[in-house]
Amino acid sequence: MGEMQELTTFWFVTIAAVKVVAVFTVLMVVVAYMTLAERRVSAFIQDRLGPNRVGPFGLLQPIADGIKNIIKEETMPAQAIRPFFLLAPVLAILPATILFAVIPFGSPLPTPWGLVEMIVADVSIGFLYILAIGSIGVYGVAMGGWASGSKYSLLGGLRGSAQMISYEVALALSLVPLILLAGDVRAPEIVSMQQTFSAGPPTYASWFLFPLLVGSFFFFISGLAETNRLPFDLPEAEAELITGYHTEYSAMKFSMFMIGEFAHVITVAALVTVFFLGGWDIPFWTGDNIRVLSDGTVIGEPTWWKTVLTLAAFSVKTGLVVVLFVWIRWTLPRFRYDQLMDLGWKFMLEAVTVYILVIALVILAIEGLGIPRGGWYAFVLFVVNLGLAGVLLFALDKGTVIRGAARPATGPDAGPASAASSTSVGAVDSAATDDVEE
Amino acid sequence: MYDFLFQTFAATAILAAIIMVTRKNPVSSVIFLVVVFFATSGMFLMLDAHYIAAINLILYGGAIMVLFLFVIMLLNLGHADWSDLRGPLGGMFGGAIAIGFLGVLVRSLVGNTPATPSATPAGEALRAAAAEQGVIGVVARPLFGEYFMVLQVTGVLLLASIVGTILLARRSRG
Repeated sequence: MGEMQELTTFWFVTIAAVKVVAVFTVLMVVVAYMTLAERRVSAFIQDRLGPNRVGPFGLLQPIADGIKNIIKEETMPAQAIRPFFLLAPVLAILPATILFAVIPFGSPLPTPWGLVEMIVADVSIGFLYILAIGSIGVYGVAMGGWASGSKYSLLGGLRGSAQMISYEVALALSLVPLILLAGDVRAPEIVSMQQTFSAGPPTYASWFLFPLLVGSFFFFISGLAETNRLPFDLPEAEAELITGYHTEYSAMKFSMFMIGEFAHVITVAALVTVFFLGGWDIPFWTGDNIRVLSDGTVIGEPTWWKTVLTLAAFSVKTGLVVVLFVWIRWTLPRFRYDQLMDLGWKFMLEAVTVYILVIALVILAIEGLGIPRGGWYAFVLFVVNLGLAGVLLFALDKGTVIRGAARPATGPDAGPASAASSTSVGAVDSAATDDVEE
Repeated sequence: MYDFLFQTFAATAILAAIIMVTRKNPVSSVIFLVVVFFATSGMFLMLDAHYIAAINLILYGGAIMVLFLFVIMLLNLGHADWSDLRGPLGGMFGGAIAIGFLGVLVRSLVGNTPATPSATPAGEALRAAAAEQGVIGVVARPLFGEYFMVLQVTGVLLLASIVGTILLARRSRG
């Protein structure tokens, strides 16, 4: 434990600038290689080889793609509304990249000028910043679709805006139990809460994945919807809308939409890591746990190699979540649009609200029993969550969500869906029958 | 620096607001209204009101404006090019209202310039409370303590209005 040496203003600004440039550069390089990873993983899933001609293992493919996109012709549709048409790709790329500013990616690094926290901006509103910036990400999709002056694009933009509004509610609510546990909205504090310390305020000594198993599931689903990835990629459903909102875009402007989407995926994966997988915490080892309290006290011993190791741990975890994203994309079929809306409004919203209530009651009970914050606290919540996960899987398995949109009275496949309507989420069925036709 | 930032945000907000009401295209209006929200959020940040800045962006910038955009696009109003102000009489009426509001605004501000808000005792108290409870705690504690009843009643009111809206929508469908 020791006092943190305060950075002087000059070094604070210099180091902040270095961090901004470094994080942005790394993010862009990772995005470039994620395009390759996606194609290679999809090829692996479909028993193909994927791009492997440019460089060893196709490692130079992103560079080739970049050059190709830059030298291709930029088209401007006659019906397009010029300023908005040009602005849309920028708005698609911007929120996804600046979201990364509040993600802690390593343990604090000691430098001759003071302790440097491995986060671009430790803003006091923490995850509210994520929600605020995340919520403006839809403008790129909506504006691109509208300004293209094409009906396919307009439909894609419409779908995008409706979908984002719907799932943002579930995304925000799924983080409420996390805030209940962590008691703070700042991302570094949320990471600290998942670690073990010998001194200082009590923490949970467990990744929030376990005490908030169901919550992390909801967050992941909403994250998939927010990034417009399959099975939620209705805004660019190529079988119906060509490619939806970016149909009219070509060359680098099209590429910017893609970069925005991939950057968003990486950011959401990093958020899953920070919120539920312990952030940069290395499991089964307490030596890496370093916590900076609000009064400047440092618990643990920061060294440069710990920063490197924790950065590696963070990268591995985020990478695995990204692979999960890709895996899901190439495994699951796309939702129908009414199913997507039903899942968002008639299942996720209710389920998350009930989940918040249950977790709040359990926390009240645990604190009433006098169990202190720590491993046992987390374990009790884990057991409760296992039970809830069982209930959830049982409910989902009845086919009420995926087939909930099937109209038992009129639809051709009325049988099992209407039989299952007596379960806990049966309201989905009965409500869906008198739904407005699109 | 403080003054410069304030004037930048204020000028952006006023300029975007003027552009917003003069656009004939509703989608442009929505976009410039979003710019206004960003500028006001910037000013909230300068007042150390981080929570309100974030909520302003989440609710107005991110949710309500997206909903507006959605409705405009759904009804395909994006290409309407006639003005709401028809004829010279309409223009004069609109201009008179605008000048009237401007007069009220100027009258309330002239000779009434407040000190730098965060340097006042109330600002200092807020900053101390924020350091102790976190910026969310400063808002959350009164909201879920002192004003809990009001919050609940507001919630019931909003629920009633939602139910009412659904009822109206269903009835009109016949």
